[in-house]
Amino acid sequence: MAITRGFTGRRRDRDERLPPGQYDAKDEWPVLHVEATPRIDPARWTFGVEGLVDTPTTWTWDEVHALPRSRYEGDIHCVTTWSKFGMTFEGVSLDTLLEIAQPQEGARFAMASSSTGYTTNLPIEDITGGKAWIVWEADGAPLPEIHGGPVRMLVPHLYFWKSTKWVSGLRLMSHDEQGFWERNGYHDRGDPWLEQRYQGD
Amino acid sequence: MTSPWQEATVIEVRRETPNAKTFRLRLTTPMTHLAGQYYVVRLTAPDGYRAQRSYSVASMPGGDEIDLTVELFPEGEVSGFLHEVVVPGDTLEVRGPIGGFFAWAGDTPALGVAGGSGVVPLMSMLRHARAIGHPERLKLIVSARRPADLYYADELVGPETTVVYTRQAPPGDPRPPARLSAEDLKPLLDGAPRTVFVCGTPGFCDTATDRLIELGVGTDRIRVERFGPT
Repeated sequence: MAITRGFTGRRRDRDERLPPGQYDAKDEWPVLHVEATPRIDPARWTFGVEGLVDTPTTWTWDEVHALPRSRYEGDIHCVTTWSKFGMTFEGVSLDTLLEIAQPQEGARFAMASSSTGYTTNLPIEDITGGKAWIVWEADGAPLPEIHGGPVRMLVPHLYFWKSTKWVSGLRLMSHDEQGFWERNGYHDRGDPWLEQRYQGD
Repeated sequence: MTSPWQEATVIEVRRETPNAKTFRLRLTTPMTHLAGQYYVVRLTAPDGYRAQRSYSVASMPGGDEIDLTVELFPEGEVSGFLHEVVVPGDTLEVRGPIGGFFAWAGDTPALGVAGGSGVVPLMSMLRHARAIGHPERLKLIVSARRPADLYYADELVGPETTVVYTRQAPPGDPRPPARLSAEDLKPLLDGAPRTVFVCGTPGFCDTATDRLIELGVGTDRIRVERFGPT
């Protein structure tokens, strides 16, 4: 371990909720997407599940709102090293959507996509079992456009680039494919507790 | 595969503005970067505590040295340390280059739109375009608060660059201080379609991209790098 001359670090009492290499962004919620922020009319937004499913399904804004609501209360972690504690998101669990679409036996991975063309890949185990949502409310207010509104994906146990902003679809696949950041050097899974930031970590 | 951590030696520290310094690093293992890419700098305390942040490369591709320009943020744990403690001869752990989207190989027409410290990755592009003998391939517009806040002031000026000031303009500047507007951007969009690289604070990036879209630039031609105290 190479010690940096003169560096002690300002935050001496590490919060146990912080994964390695992360810091508490407190009241800030940084914005880091690399596209122009799209303006999406909720009346025209849709979310589709396709690929290896028995019943490919597309939901409208009203249709997802008619499904049982689900809430996440907890922390989020961005690969650029900020974490935010005690966030609340509301939307619908991906379990609910996948129960309708019926994944086939061979579905092992998923590719989430955004209306901007952004994509990210996820193993099926990371988006099932109460671990992933699509959400339209953050901390009790409509999800702002800069944070992916009207609807973004939420996979809070992984680095936040996996939580696709302006989410438009999910494609289930038998094999893994790389998404946008993964092709650009970021890790395929992105577990913050294992500090899987870049390919090879 | 993203390259592993390596040790870099600080060989020069240069002040760009009251709150920005450029650190010239000599890499143990030279890496080739594309203009626009960045490195991660990691600091390690004796007790194992670590902090890391990403900084864009300002120097052009090639060679075994890279320039990272670091803006000092209030309370910034890493930027504060780099500004206040690091001197030539020190070693830093770095990893890179990273980022394949906000990157320019120099072979296609491009337009850079920078706000404040957002000029750093675009300076790499400008230096690259000039070095390969194709300055016409990169047009660059930079928005700065006042003349003292303009990074690389001596080197930036040229026929392919435009500087606009938002708070205070230099004497004789016919443009009154104002935020970057569609009128500022319009003349830069003439001719062949250019890939547009927008870099600055999130607020600057959103305003600039809104203006570009109003001027008819397709969102598929816009690439954005949002800077801030991440």
